[in-house]
Amino acid sequence: MSEKTYQRHKWKSALFFIVIIAITIGSIIITQFDMLNGMQSFPAAFMWMISNLLISGEALEKLPTILDKLFETVFMSIAASTTGAIVAMFLGVMGSNATSPNNVFSSIARIIASFSRNIPIVAWALILLLSFGQNSLTGYLALFIGSVGFLTRAFIESIDEIDHKSMEALRATGATYFHLIGKSVIPQGKPQMISWVLFMIETNIRSATLVGILTGTGIGYTFDLYYKQMDYGTVALITWTIVITVVIIELMSNYIRRVIM
Amino acid sequence: MMALLEMENVSKSYHAKAKVLENINLQIEKGKLISVIGPSGAGKSTLLRTINRMVQIDGGKIIFDGVDTTYYRKQSLRKMRRDIGMVFQHYNLVPRLTVIENVLHGRLGYKTTLQGLLNRFTEEEKQRAFSLLDTLGIVEHAYKRCDQLSGGQQQRVGIARALIQNPKLILCDEPIASLDPNASEVIMNYLKRITEEYDITCIINLHQVDVAKQYSDRIIGLNEGDVVFDGVPLQLTEEQINHIYGIKTRELITV
Repeated sequence: MSEKTYQRHKWKSALFFIVIIAITIGSIIITQFDMLNGMQSFPAAFMWMISNLLISGEALEKLPTILDKLFETVFMSIAASTTGAIVAMFLGVMGSNATSPNNVFSSIARIIASFSRNIPIVAWALILLLSFGQNSLTGYLALFIGSVGFLTRAFIESIDEIDHKSMEALRATGATYFHLIGKSVIPQGKPQMISWVLFMIETNIRSATLVGILTGTGIGYTFDLYYKQMDYGTVALITWTIVITVVIIELMSNYIRRVIM
Repeated sequence: MMALLEMENVSKSYHAKAKVLENINLQIEKGKLISVIGPSGAGKSTLLRTINRMVQIDGGKIIFDGVDTTYYRKQSLRKMRRDIGMVFQHYNLVPRLTVIENVLHGRLGYKTTLQGLLNRFTEEEKQRAFSLLDTLGIVEHAYKRCDQLSGGQQQRVGIARALIQNPKLILCDEPIASLDPNASEVIMNYLKRITEEYDITCIINLHQVDVAKQYSDRIIGLNEGDVVFDGVPLQLTEEQINHIYGIKTRELITV
């Protein structure tokens, strides 16, 4: 690189940073967000959390019911992720350019995926709430639709990334289309796909809490209930059980990933 | 003697302007090892793939085993393909599956979709797979994943997969281009044995002229989609090689 292009390069990155800073300051001024005031409220907010969000003795007595609800949420998330994965598998094979029977199928799969993914899961929960009412099916469906959208996208990419040379070889032996999918595409994409499903389960457990608040089911509902009763001791306990569960699930899926890769 | 494969005026072009194959006329006999040589882009790979119809031809006629297969589709095409094995430069195995699973893939042409997906292979097929691996000297690796094998070993798995089809013809697309000299020799010896012992015809695309001369019963020289040489190795003189490759490229290849 010559001295001149190097200088120009340096100027370009400097200019880029100046623009970013200008946009940040501009946004603060337009939205009238007072940075100083925001900072000052931090200590008070922290003090409130420390003094109120303590797990109290009486909250611990509610632990069995909380755990019951928590397990319900975890299992619902797993069910939504795995059933979503089955549907996403078909859509993924349909959607990937490498395996799609034709462009029409590919477009249909991509449209379904993009439609279910780009509407936020909270919006799905609220829409479904109107048609299905306040029960766990609504929560399950909201998570299911979100999972199908996300996993289809992920599976399409996994299938695109695999080595397609063995598909040619199988085709040359006289294998059928479904043989190619079952014997070459799936075995090669499996570790990637399982990894995405595990990620989906983690994400769904987090989303399930929020969806539960809206649909009145699972741990989210329990959280909402005690929160509105201002029973902050129990709220703290619920928060901690969710955090611990998510961490455990994450550790487990990391272990599974290491083994299957 | 009736030819196993006849190509009459076969032509193929990917774009309107450039013809990859032009009026190819060939007769291939049974049980022979035939090399196809020529510079890159001469149409060697395309020629091979027109035979098992991995590439559709634009004109001409292909007669395989006495039957005109030019307009075969779907089921008839599947049936024809199981009589033609194929071996590739990059082996084209499923790397995450075991050796024995990859060999059995060669039987998929004989299975319905459901039988294939459920791994319904018969006891005879499994025993044949093991005996082929034994013949090729890699039976001890049968339960290893293919990506743990060396290039030469993977290519032998590729050959086993082609052989278990019970083919009449095996097409080899640059089978030794990614292998070292020792492994290349092993693979070429196996291919030679196949033609002699099982009476299977092998058509092999090669880059190495000396290897072609050493092993072939017949050599076909291809240049820009035309057959410019067709004869026994002894007929392949220095002059002929220059004609096939063009004088400039020839110097690079012999090194």
